[in-house]
Amino acid sequence: MSEHILPAKLYYGIWITLLVLTVVTAAVAFVDLGPLNTVVALVIATFKAVLVVLFFMHVKYTSEKMTKVVLISAGFWLLILLALSLADYATRLWT
Amino acid sequence: MSDSPIAVEHAEGLQHHFSNMEQQRDAASLGMWVFLATEIMFFGGMFCAYLIYRYWYFNEFAAGSRSLDIWLGTINTAVLICSSLTVALGVRAAQMGKRKLLVMLLLFTLVFGFAFLGIKGVEWYDKYKEHHIPGAQFNADDLVRDYPQIHIDQRHEQIYFSLYFAMTGLHALHMIIGIGIFAYLTFFAWRGRYTGGYYNPVEIGGLYWHFVDIVWIYLFPLLYLIDRKPLR
Repeated sequence: MSEHILPAKLYYGIWITLLVLTVVTAAVAFVDLGPLNTVVALVIATFKAVLVVLFFMHVKYTSEKMTKVVLISAGFWLLILLALSLADYATRLWT
Repeated sequence: MSDSPIAVEHAEGLQHHFSNMEQQRDAASLGMWVFLATEIMFFGGMFCAYLIYRYWYFNEFAAGSRSLDIWLGTINTAVLICSSLTVALGVRAAQMGKRKLLVMLLLFTLVFGFAFLGIKGVEWYDKYKEHHIPGAQFNADDLVRDYPQIHIDQRHEQIYFSLYFAMTGLHALHMIIGIGIFAYLTFFAWRGRYTGGYYNPVEIGGLYWHFVDIVWIYLFPLLYLIDRKPLR
């Protein structure tokens, strides 16, 4: 965490970006992109989440490096959970 | 620091086992991040269940998703994003020691939190009226009728709605806990406990609130936006 106080303008900028992306993701859902619909929705969601983590949660400005280690580890564990589970279920019908 | 048992000079709000305010703040926020890592795994189990069942029962998930109110879902996403802004600005106000501004922003956050739960309640009540709550009364004949293009198995449809209620319910529970935390923070902010030097509770309460916001940022597309494109 840093004692550095961020300008309010930055928070408003992030807020507007998040609102715009929310409208974009809802609107894009009505456009037929084939299998890409889900990909686009998840990419936008992840981009929004990264904005919240970096700016609202101050991870970009923290001096405590362990915060990033914890965050990356959590993401990695989640990836193991999802990837290994799907590797099982997605291949069960293979003969 | 001396070994004397007599109280040594502390900065206001500094616990004696920390050497300075910065170390105390880092420790508090790191602890919160570790908790949030466990929360990611907690919600991760549900997201994993969602992923597997959506892969298996894609049609039923698509039809169920279309039956949700996309307007209310989008408005609720915006409400949560606004609440995250007031939290971020609130932490900033706490850093600067602006008590009145902090109290006002925390109150705004509470209002947004209640607004989210209210809209969620309206959506759940709609589902209740439509007999879309899993159980003995469950009936998805309306979806079978509305989407003749796709084959819908009603038992699989129940799985979509089970996951819908479990995931939004767990998220709403986190919102209720968050409102409790923020009511606590508002009270003590009003009493003037948080100064420019000591604002850990506001900071880590804010981290929790932002985390709950992020969960919703994923729930919104996964539950509401699965299959809105025109059916072929």
